[in-house]
Amino acid sequence: MADEAGHNGRTGTERVKQGLAQMLKGGVIMDVTDAEQARVAEAAGACAVMALERVPADIRREGGVARMADPDVVTRIQEAVTIPVMAKCRIGHFVEAQVLQALEVDFIDESEVLTPADEAHHVDKRLFTVPFVCGATDLGEALRRVGEGAAMIRTKGEAGTGNVVEAVRHMRSITAGIARVRSAAPEERFAIAKEMRAPLDLVEQVAELGRLPVVNFSAGGIATPADAALMMQLGADGVFVGSGIFKSEDPPARARAIVESVTHFADPEVVARVSRGLREAMPGLEIAALGEDGLLQARGW
Amino acid sequence: MSPAALSRPRVGVLAVQGAFAEHAVALADVGAAPAEVRTARDLDGLDGLVIPGGESTTLGLVAGRSGLLGALREATVDRGLPVLGTCAGMIVLARATACGEHQPLIGGMDIVVRRNAFGRQVASFEADLDLPLAGPDPLRAVFIRAPWIETAGPDVEVLATWDGHAVAARDRTRLVMAFHPELTRDRRVHQVFVDGVRDRREGTGPAEVTRSGGARVRAQ
Repeated sequence: MADEAGHNGRTGTERVKQGLAQMLKGGVIMDVTDAEQARVAEAAGACAVMALERVPADIRREGGVARMADPDVVTRIQEAVTIPVMAKCRIGHFVEAQVLQALEVDFIDESEVLTPADEAHHVDKRLFTVPFVCGATDLGEALRRVGEGAAMIRTKGEAGTGNVVEAVRHMRSITAGIARVRSAAPEERFAIAKEMRAPLDLVEQVAELGRLPVVNFSAGGIATPADAALMMQLGADGVFVGSGIFKSEDPPARARAIVESVTHFADPEVVARVSRGLREAMPGLEIAALGEDGLLQARGW
Repeated sequence: MSPAALSRPRVGVLAVQGAFAEHAVALADVGAAPAEVRTARDLDGLDGLVIPGGESTTLGLVAGRSGLLGALREATVDRGLPVLGTCAGMIVLARATACGEHQPLIGGMDIVVRRNAFGRQVASFEADLDLPLAGPDPLRAVFIRAPWIETAGPDVEVLATWDGHAVAARDRTRLVMAFHPELTRDRRVHQVFVDGVRDRREGTGPAEVTRSGGARVRAQ
């Protein structure tokens, strides 16, 4: 919702919300759980941090209901860094979102990594001044979220696994969806919108632009500089790294390496150089071993 | 090469992180040939340079690690390569930041900037801004976690103010804005910059990168 700022400027417009996402492009957004980790991320060159109580790998291991972070955790991280601070709310939990906006976080991630609060509805993101990022596994899901007011999309991947295979699947699925919309005749767009369960006007926008109408990052399973460069070469505008950094043996070195790999994603010599001497990556999980119930990507409607 | 291609100035866009693609589109729209700059080598043969918005700490740290920061300083400070800096681009061109954050800068412009001066993202805004440099009609300016210019030296001309704070300025070779002209379809800022770059390259215009037009207002 757009409001008048004290000086006659308009806050919370689509352009202002989507604009911050545009400024994050080509960057790495890192999950952090305390001020010290936030400083490590900033010093490594992260373009933003995601304030959390537990990284996805721990949420997966410990189980239980995962909720919005304690406001104290968010505030301590905000005080530690000058880069944007994001935080997650549960799917459909619009009061958690209101609280995060009151805390003045820079971006809210309505995230499947937390336990959903509503099994049918997402937050009406148009009502907020703070921009939202939402997960998606295909073009229809991405456009439903944009229709609800998301200013940025991230492919879901499978968080907390250190396994990039789902991130790749979701990025390819969105790219294929865009290609299909672009090549369809105008009269075919109605049926496509219906089949994808996506708003028609956004399907038409994709046909015109040849891309999503908002910035699209990759997330969920990125653990190495090569993983990050892979997602960039597949068309991501940037990457989220969750457990991949602070669950590895040498977080500062790995964080720096992934930042450099994203900037120089098309230069294998740089990716090779920054991949040296990083010690162990986080331990990975086989997706098939998680079972249907273990998949976070299925959350979201 | 055709005469048309010859007259298209080659303008680099620092492509370390941020909204560099948007600037490239705007530059092409006004008749420049944009080129992405990721390494020091990419600076060869440029007539001008744009440093886009993004996160200024990320820009400085990543460019610093690869030696690009030094090359950018050499190009813009020592050789006087014309440069347009928006938001984070303005911050890294400043000689200092007001809070004294320890972040690597290109420097060279006699301004001190305050980062995130208008507040966090909830305070980001768009507004019609008077920018005489771009003409009599106001410009829709998008401010995102924007900085402002706290102090400007005697050789710096302030081009626009918002709510009492300097938000656009220039010196002999640099044009800086706290907002994002690349996020709207209005191409006047890019046009002014590229015209200046072309004049300078062809030796047909004033040495200044930006032609006169702004009222001289001194920041504080």
